[in-house]
Amino acid sequence: MNAVIKLEDIRKTYQTGEVEVLAVRGVSLEIQPGEFVAIMGASGSGKSTLMNILGCLDRPTSGRYSLDGTDVSQLSTDELADIRNQKIGFVFQGFNLLSRTSALENVELPMLYARQHMHSHDLRQKALNALGIVSLTDRAGHHPSQLSGGQQQRVAIARALVNQPALVLADEPTGNLDSRTSIEIMGVFQQLNSNGITIVMVTHEPDIARFTKRSVVMSDGRVLSDIPVTDRLFAGPELERLQQLHGAATRTP
Amino acid sequence: MRILVTIKTALRALRRNKMRSVLTALGIIIGVVAVIAMVGIGNGAKAQIEAQIASLGQNVILIFSGSITRSGVHSGHGGAGTLTVEDAEAIRREIVGVSGVSPELRSAAQVAAGNQNWMTQILGEGPDYFEIRQWPLVEGVPFTTLDVRGANKVAIIGQTTAQQLFGDENPIGQIVRVKNVPFVIVGLLSSKGLSVMGTDQDDVLIVPYTSAMKRILGVTTLRSINVQAADAKLLPAVQQQLTELLRQRHRIQPGRDDDFTVRGQQDIANMATAQSETMTYLLGAVASVSLIVGGIGIMNIMLVSVTERTREIGIRMAVGAHAGDILLQFLTEAVTLSSIGGVIGIAAGVGAAKIITLAFNWPTMIPVVWVVGAFLFSAAVGIFFGFYPARKASKLNPIDALRYE
Repeated sequence: MNAVIKLEDIRKTYQTGEVEVLAVRGVSLEIQPGEFVAIMGASGSGKSTLMNILGCLDRPTSGRYSLDGTDVSQLSTDELADIRNQKIGFVFQGFNLLSRTSALENVELPMLYARQHMHSHDLRQKALNALGIVSLTDRAGHHPSQLSGGQQQRVAIARALVNQPALVLADEPTGNLDSRTSIEIMGVFQQLNSNGITIVMVTHEPDIARFTKRSVVMSDGRVLSDIPVTDRLFAGPELERLQQLHGAATRTP
Repeated sequence: MRILVTIKTALRALRRNKMRSVLTALGIIIGVVAVIAMVGIGNGAKAQIEAQIASLGQNVILIFSGSITRSGVHSGHGGAGTLTVEDAEAIRREIVGVSGVSPELRSAAQVAAGNQNWMTQILGEGPDYFEIRQWPLVEGVPFTTLDVRGANKVAIIGQTTAQQLFGDENPIGQIVRVKNVPFVIVGLLSSKGLSVMGTDQDDVLIVPYTSAMKRILGVTTLRSINVQAADAKLLPAVQQQLTELLRQRHRIQPGRDDDFTVRGQQDIANMATAQSETMTYLLGAVASVSLIVGGIGIMNIMLVSVTERTREIGIRMAVGAHAGDILLQFLTEAVTLSSIGGVIGIAAGVGAAKIITLAFNWPTMIPVVWVVGAFLFSAAVGIFFGFYPARKASKLNPIDALRYE
């Protein structure tokens, strides 16, 4: 089976004034279908830059990147936009939903920019299905301001899924959420992953990374370690444990 | 299909910021109202002038005594006294296509009736004059060729003069004294209003030209001759024949200047309409400035909107919007604002013109060309002033746009 992501000696150099910043200095990585990978590292380690390259928001200075069998390292801006539309679903730290726009319409957004036109009826049906996956069908008409953080992030996940991408990219998806909601969101990701969806997630929280299957640690623009997660956490039992802790706290006088 | 979606998105964004959209469009509305109302006034004035020129009569050629320049000396029309009654008769007799001829004399004089007196314009004319000028009487009858032959002391009075001398009394049959010569009033002219030059055409007393020559002015030559052609198509031919005939009669050697001036009514009309046209364009140009100010308002708001919605632009790009989609979206917003402003402005401008007509009694006229032009111009203002902000939006880097706070 073809790798979803195949990076070969990816480098990215920024020119800030006179100084050259080597953000990514030769990363090679392969991610197979069905994997759930956490990319970790301190700020300045190059993980955000790598994430932008993986998300086709940025082009590497050198190296080869093939996504789902397509070499995307030399595509034009508009071609990259089409790749993002068809092959990648984004989940951001700040949710990045359109304000004053219903959850349903937010989920429809990627389909509006799809190359082939869909009937508004089909758009709606697909968006409702995606909301169903994250169990938010009953909130379809709500605006982001009427939803909790966790619900907003679930709308964002539904939006990421709606075009059936090869890859879901999550950038600090739990960064703006409390610990309980974070676990819930990780539960959603684990559920999706168990259904065969490939997920790559950037995070700086080791606890959150333990919900994934593979952990890639970056430092100074290079891959420091790339190991499978051994002490893996699962959202169901973790939520139960949190519930008990919470119960104990309230019972204590 | 993507275009439809983009347009829908743009319209929705405008609906979301209703107050802002209305205020931005208001800039264009005011501009278009100004243009339409100003042009309406300008064209109304032009139409009025054209009507006044038409009131000079149909297919009229005026022949003035003396030329404009004679050996470098400018004399006023009629100053040289080169035209005679015989010239006028020769024209009537010999030139094909002439339907009316009226020899003319003019003089300002004090006229008196009873204990009233009034300074007015005395016209010596032939009986054809009323036909040539299309100037019917409301009462009485015009003088006849018999009156002309006998230099009878009869007069036709204008509305203003009648009002000044007789008030509301019927002037027919009354006596009016011009330089102590008593004239019997036999007719009252209908009102003709102001002339192209702004003088009151009704402030007049018309007597047979022979009476004016012999009894009032004591001259033997004419100031001018009014000639009417039977048809507009005959005008150039008649004008040419006139010139040849008069040169021959006045024995002017080839190569010498005419001692008379022939001027078609069209020349006068062209001059007057050219003036009012210039005024219309000037008013329109001044009003267009406010349209451009409205356009700058759109640009301003669109720039604010692009900054405010940087994150939205980032999201759209992240999920697959091309730079062109973003450009089109913001351009559509700007053009929608300006064209809706244009449509409302046209409606309000037409309304404003109607109000001006009713309130100040100024005629207004708005040609369709200007209505269409105002709409296209306001749409163009939207494209022109919306392009820079839209381009700015489309040039955003999605990574930076997504991080924008």
